[in-house]
Amino acid sequence: MKIDHSQPLEYGTHQNQMNILGFWIFLGAEIMLFGTLFASYFTLENGVGNGPSGAEIFEITPVLMETIILLTSSFTIGLATHAMRINNKKATLAFLAITLVLGLSFLSVEVYEFIHYYHVGATLQTSGFTAILLTTLGTHGAHVTFGLFWGFFILLQIKKRGFTPETTNKSFIFSLYWHFLDVVWIFIFSFIYLKGMM
Amino acid sequence: MEFFERFAIPHPSPLIYASMVAIGLTLIAIVIGITYFNKWGYLWREWLTTVDHKRIGIMYMISALLMLFRGGADAVMMRLQTAVPDNAFLDAQHYNEVFTTHGVVMIFFMAMAFVIGLMNFVVPLQIGARDVAFPRLNAISFWLYFAGAMLFNISFVIGGSPDAGWTNYFPLAGTDFSESVGVNYYMWSLQISGIGTLMTGINFIVTILKMRAPGMKLMKMPMFTWSALITNVIIVFAFPVLTIALLMGTFDRQFGTHFFASTNGGMDMLWANLFWVWGHPEVYILILPAFGIYSEIIATFSQRNLYGYKSMVGSMVIISFLSFLVWVHHFFTMGHGALVNGIFSITTMAIAVPTGIKIFNWLLTMWKGKIRFTVPMLYSLGFIPLFTIGGVTGVMLAIASADYQYHNTMFLVAHFHNVIIPGVVFAMLAGLTYWWPKMFGFMLNERIGKWGFWFLSIGFVFAFFPMYITGLDGQARRMYTYSEATGFGPLNMLSFFGAGLMAIAFALIVYNVYYSFRHSPRNVGMDPWNARSLEWATQNPVPEYNFAVTPVVNSSEAFWDSKKNGHQLFKDKITKIHMPNNSGMPIILAGFFFIFGFSFVFSIWIGVIVSALGILGTMAYRSFENDHGRYISEEEIKETEKEYGGAK
Amino acid sequence: MKLKLAFISFAILITTILAGCEPLLVLDPKGPQAETTANVIWLSIFTMAVIVIVVISMLVFIVYKYRASKQKEDYEPPHIEGNPIVESIIIGIPVLIVIFLSIVSVKSTYEVENIPEGYENQEPMVIYAASSNWKWHFSYPEQDIETLNYVILPTNRPIEFRLYSYGPITSFWIPQLAGQKYAMADMVTKINMVAEVPGDYAGRNANFSGKGFAENTFTATALSPDEFDKWVEEIQSTAKPLTEEKYEELLEPGHLGQMTFTGTHLEFKPAPEGENAGHHHGDADEEIERNDQEEGLEDHSNH
Repeated sequence: MKIDHSQPLEYGTHQNQMNILGFWIFLGAEIMLFGTLFASYFTLENGVGNGPSGAEIFEITPVLMETIILLTSSFTIGLATHAMRINNKKATLAFLAITLVLGLSFLSVEVYEFIHYYHVGATLQTSGFTAILLTTLGTHGAHVTFGLFWGFFILLQIKKRGFTPETTNKSFIFSLYWHFLDVVWIFIFSFIYLKGMM
Repeated sequence: MEFFERFAIPHPSPLIYASMVAIGLTLIAIVIGITYFNKWGYLWREWLTTVDHKRIGIMYMISALLMLFRGGADAVMMRLQTAVPDNAFLDAQHYNEVFTTHGVVMIFFMAMAFVIGLMNFVVPLQIGARDVAFPRLNAISFWLYFAGAMLFNISFVIGGSPDAGWTNYFPLAGTDFSESVGVNYYMWSLQISGIGTLMTGINFIVTILKMRAPGMKLMKMPMFTWSALITNVIIVFAFPVLTIALLMGTFDRQFGTHFFASTNGGMDMLWANLFWVWGHPEVYILILPAFGIYSEIIATFSQRNLYGYKSMVGSMVIISFLSFLVWVHHFFTMGHGALVNGIFSITTMAIAVPTGIKIFNWLLTMWKGKIRFTVPMLYSLGFIPLFTIGGVTGVMLAIASADYQYHNTMFLVAHFHNVIIPGVVFAMLAGLTYWWPKMFGFMLNERIGKWGFWFLSIGFVFAFFPMYITGLDGQARRMYTYSEATGFGPLNMLSFFGAGLMAIAFALIVYNVYYSFRHSPRNVGMDPWNARSLEWATQNPVPEYNFAVTPVVNSSEAFWDSKKNGHQLFKDKITKIHMPNNSGMPIILAGFFFIFGFSFVFSIWIGVIVSALGILGTMAYRSFENDHGRYISEEEIKETEKEYGGAK
Repeated sequence: MKLKLAFISFAILITTILAGCEPLLVLDPKGPQAETTANVIWLSIFTMAVIVIVVISMLVFIVYKYRASKQKEDYEPPHIEGNPIVESIIIGIPVLIVIFLSIVSVKSTYEVENIPEGYENQEPMVIYAASSNWKWHFSYPEQDIETLNYVILPTNRPIEFRLYSYGPITSFWIPQLAGQKYAMADMVTKINMVAEVPGDYAGRNANFSGKGFAENTFTATALSPDEFDKWVEEIQSTAKPLTEEKYEELLEPGHLGQMTFTGTHLEFKPAPEGENAGHHHGDADEEIERNDQEEGLEDHSNH
């Protein structure tokens, strides 16, 4: 395995470069995935049937909390990547751990939010609107959940194996994934919550 | 007992019971056969766990051929049922199931698989690579496809087949009107194989962008590789739309949501929109690789370079872009007014321009050439006029006002078979025959192959051209029968006759494989067709590592250059080669996906949870695995090369 | 011109022979809408036939002239890259054909969507056509009549069918009078037509809708205005009124013959239009907006 030391380690081998390119293309597919969800959301937004509309059920506090937590976690995963680049294992692990804890908190608030929707009578079965709302949020939430496991595995691997072409490559790709989920959330925040509450 | 009742077939008939017995006996025979010949170990080591793109490609093609026979049997049953008026061979419910499975199997599990199989086999060879970018992911793609295909096929004996058409429009596909688990099978089998296809898309884009031989710039890639690149870009952007549509459909059917319901704010036409936003690009996912195959074959057998290389590439790029902007033409009759219909009518017709460029480029490639009528070339020559007819009827359908009359009729059925069969099926058979010596080291018999071609082409004309006429006479598609007074009888009988000829053609093609396997000479050399592109610069059949030395390339016809213009392809010495290890993980993962899909279809939640844990566990195992591959030593390569007799 | 005539006679010959000497329904129009589409279809067949013939003649010529068996053993075909003039021709001509057909398409689509020429001054007669599994319910609000699986039309009067469905999407189609239009559960779509010749015309649901789809047909009968009025009078004096219970019974899945009632179901079960619509996505502007959104997203991700 040839390692090119003129580049950061995560780009150091040909396979690593291909992994990163492949992941960018995967994110392109993910954009289409969420794009389809958004397009369907805009189509069904007014299909409230006998159920509540967005303005009636959205609560600003948990949404703001989720937004702040996820934005912060995007920052900390950035710090983790930076620490990795300057070869600081301890800091990398710490920031990665903080990111995962923030991700977990985000999920907890989202679970709270879903319970709230359930109590105000906005379930998956209520109307076209609630179905697409919960599916869009749920798809994002499922991505975050998946990311928590994935990130945890990478954390363990860095701890055990240190910085190798594989571990740095994995954690860099994970950081791309995490930033991407943050971007999706910004769209959710603007086009679902803010638009709905206005 | 109640637990088991749901697995029963909702609409049984002697035909289905007979098939059940046949399937059971075949499976037992296969298991006994493999055990008797003691081949389980070989099968596991060499095929089921392989990550070699060539073997994965071959497995794709074998599965696709099996599916071709499943879908073909459906087709013959349909033509038999409609051959005479008021026929009672199939009842309405069975006919509905048969045309639904025919469409799904042919598009997803036959055509897609064949196209991906050929890409798998040929693309790394054409660009001078050792394998694809992510060999293990490639194996996962195949096994997910296979799991999806098997899941779909067992619907026929366990629980009932889907019956809402391959387009699966809601609310007909909702639980109100389609009560059996059939449509659940549709959702999950397509979901699982769709994930595999998406992974293939990513894999091949990276492979083509990052693993080309030194000197092979983008504009020096062989045309089939170009078509594969564009196809995979379309896959990556189109398949996520299907993923979401299927997810929403599953929720509607199994969790009582109202996405596509007509009450409580749902919208039935949302399904149709999402389906065709994926579905129209899908058509080009099938046809563009076919265009690539024809480009290779026509150039080879005209002994000329491909005319208008740049415009060939450009037209494919334009087609791929336009393919996302035409989906509304599948439901001009939905009632969104003349303006919207007009716009989509124009974008649709616009696709005829780049397609026309390609047709003329192929004609001009043959001009001043030296045309040899081999089997692959016959298919390509048959393709040009037949596909042109299919293409121009597509333009006729694109005229929105006229489409109000063609929509949902046999005219439409004739049109899309007229593009898919000469377009995709002919290309598959041409490509298979053309690359067969690369796969297996011997040629298919030309004489039997030519008989197959003529039966297929003439059968095709008889089977589908009458449908243009019955369509204009008001025969709607998907009718299980019609009365004698309609006058559709004679032409439908003609169609059945054509379908019979096509069935003979496929039997001949299979017989050809058997015959050639027994009788064809084995030492065909490196270049049996006098070909032009890089894949012919290595041995037949291709050794595991593809090229002993990485070739250096300076044109799109590198091999031709090396033959005629003294270009030196192999400059380096043989050194050890790094290869990926085989892995049992892909097939195990796909096994869990199969159980997951099956359990979900029947809402067996315990099975869903256990298999989901299995899937995540397999992925976690993969994450922690440390696998750096292996090396093939210099001596071993030299040994292999000597065996082939090719000293370099 | 001679060539065109030859074409026409050849095409007609083939089609008539194959169709058992009966004209094909779509090409045997009995009203202005179907006539427009029939003309467009003929026009496109001729245009496309020219393309097919050009391609096939080129193919036959080239394959015949440049076949290997005819050439010298040592003939080496030349290396030819693209030629800008040739390529502009093979781009230019298809572009011109597509522009021509685009104009035809847009113009004729507007024509068949609207009240046909010459009838603009008449108030169209409204008939509601609702499909249920696997029947067609026709309601005449003006005449206060409801029929099942058959519809009577006065000739030379514009008719506006308002379509909707109980259940699966269906497609309303009377090939000799006009092309199809979908009937859906949560909105009403409209189709305009005029019958100019009295007679019986086959009509059906053309969109697959389940088990009873094949027999989901009806007859459209065009009568002269006098006869039509007579028919209305006769029904009003002889038929029984349509009750809500009876209507619910009719909606059950199955096939029923032709039936006639006075009164319409619209009184107790209104069509999904106006305030009764499932949602408001029916109008064209919103449709475009939605399409734009989806396109926008694709563009976005393509870059």
